[in-house]
Amino acid sequence: MSEASPAKAYALHLGVIVLLFVLSFLLPDYYHGLLARIMVLAVFAMGYNMLFGYVGLLSLGHAMFFGAGLYGAGLAIIQLGWSVPAAFAAGLACGAALALIIGLLALRTTGVAFMIVTMMFAQVFYLAILYFAAWTGGDQGQVVPQPARVLTFGATSLDLTNPTMRYMTALGLFSLVLLITLAVVRSSYGRVLVAIRENEERTRMLGYDTFSNKLAAVVVSGTICAASGAAYALLFGYVGSSFASVQYSILPLLWVLLGGAATTLGPLIGTLFMYYVIDLTSGYTSAYLLIVGIALILLVLFFPKGILGTIRQRWLGWLP
Amino acid sequence: MTPLLTTKGLSRSFGGLRAVDNVDFALMPGEIRAVIGPNGAGKTTFVSLISGRIQPSAGTIVFDGADITGLPTYVRVRRGIAYTFQITSVFANLSVYDNVALPVQLTLSDIRSKDALRTGVMSALERTGLADRAHMPAGQLSYGHQRLLEVAMGLALKPRLLILDEPTQGLADGEIDNFIELVRDIAKSATVLLIEHNMPVVMQLADRITVFNAGRILAEGTPEAIRENKAVQEAYLGTAP
Repeated sequence: MSEASPAKAYALHLGVIVLLFVLSFLLPDYYHGLLARIMVLAVFAMGYNMLFGYVGLLSLGHAMFFGAGLYGAGLAIIQLGWSVPAAFAAGLACGAALALIIGLLALRTTGVAFMIVTMMFAQVFYLAILYFAAWTGGDQGQVVPQPARVLTFGATSLDLTNPTMRYMTALGLFSLVLLITLAVVRSSYGRVLVAIRENEERTRMLGYDTFSNKLAAVVVSGTICAASGAAYALLFGYVGSSFASVQYSILPLLWVLLGGAATTLGPLIGTLFMYYVIDLTSGYTSAYLLIVGIALILLVLFFPKGILGTIRQRWLGWLP
Repeated sequence: MTPLLTTKGLSRSFGGLRAVDNVDFALMPGEIRAVIGPNGAGKTTFVSLISGRIQPSAGTIVFDGADITGLPTYVRVRRGIAYTFQITSVFANLSVYDNVALPVQLTLSDIRSKDALRTGVMSALERTGLADRAHMPAGQLSYGHQRLLEVAMGLALKPRLLILDEPTQGLADGEIDNFIELVRDIAKSATVLLIEHNMPVVMQLADRITVFNAGRILAEGTPEAIRENKAVQEAYLGTAP
């Protein structure tokens, strides 16, 4: 936020990226694949955090932005036969356009009404996917064929279905979004977003058009979530309506709360933590969701600011 | 000389109450104008209409030759009307530095320049004597310092008109003396509209005084003229038996 210790913050973030890179060569196959998936979903969480953590807008409809990226990229390949980069761009464009429209409409409301409006739009999006089953594959979803998931640059071709390639692509996207998030929250624009979260009326009285700033944040957030969805379709090859369901609107909220809202690395920690708790507990008992639930309750009771939020509050005040 | 700010027939009703009633008002560039009046006289409503926090029921507001009656708040701020709140509303969770950086970055032509930002913030903090507290969370400042931070935020906007809504409320005597110096300093570069209950402060600072009563302007003039004004004495002290 303030001037303090930018070098430390950048060193920490680069360190995390390097650590994830090194892990690629150390992890056994199963965890290697899981971590690739977690990094893609952490991008989704980072997009959500941009709006929820920094601007204080609680959306219950972000599955539609993830879904817009997922379907935008997936259908561009399946139905239109586009190349991987073009499909990824299509996913981003769908997410950005959807976010702009939803933002213009939903930002007329605040608080609980904003939650309900975003949730309703996401339901419309979900039902539209089911309704246009001939195109989207409905509740069955569709598989993005393996031969189409290859990036070609002239003579070299990169197969996104190869585990290492997939991991590195996921890491690339994750790193890019992480550094973008860090740059945004440290910028003067980030300061305005936090000011809106803290006191919108006061921010307006300092000469800021808070509506436009919030709209821009919705578009940035929606586009990041769409990037995650598009990458998911291209890397894991499945486009399904469950990813646009209400569950996928709640999950990023949980990940962010768990890791720490308004922290740059919190979304990764939260996503990672949730996945590993599910993974570990499901090995012991079929009632693993019960344990996850208890873990969440304990966290909310003892770490209401999330893992990183609490660490920042108690020990490391310089964490961005 | 043309006025910096004029209002014509400015009115605002809340239900049946005419909080501001048909007010014609003019403010010359460079002056320090105090607005006084009993509680409920409509002073805060009047400056809220000027700053755009509330919309008038009738009348027009002209600032620097342009009609600003219909403009949203943030545009008025950008044109040079800054408002400091009566109830302290600094961003408690942000550092003092960030509180002032928000208005400063609005005035910078190159918002990427960290040096220009730092210079602007520190100069506003030095003028208000808060420079050594730059990295404290604003919520941990004492009440008096939070009031000064409010003023620093207003100053940092480089306003042409600074509206101070009861700035000395709750300040200790020593703090008030510093405050008077600060307002005199501000008035070198901006017109000041001051709502104030503390009469010694008003008498020391104001070039002219406007007295509100029941939503209307009761009297206007130099501090001496207002002090002698019978109608003002009655409004404040009640009618003589």
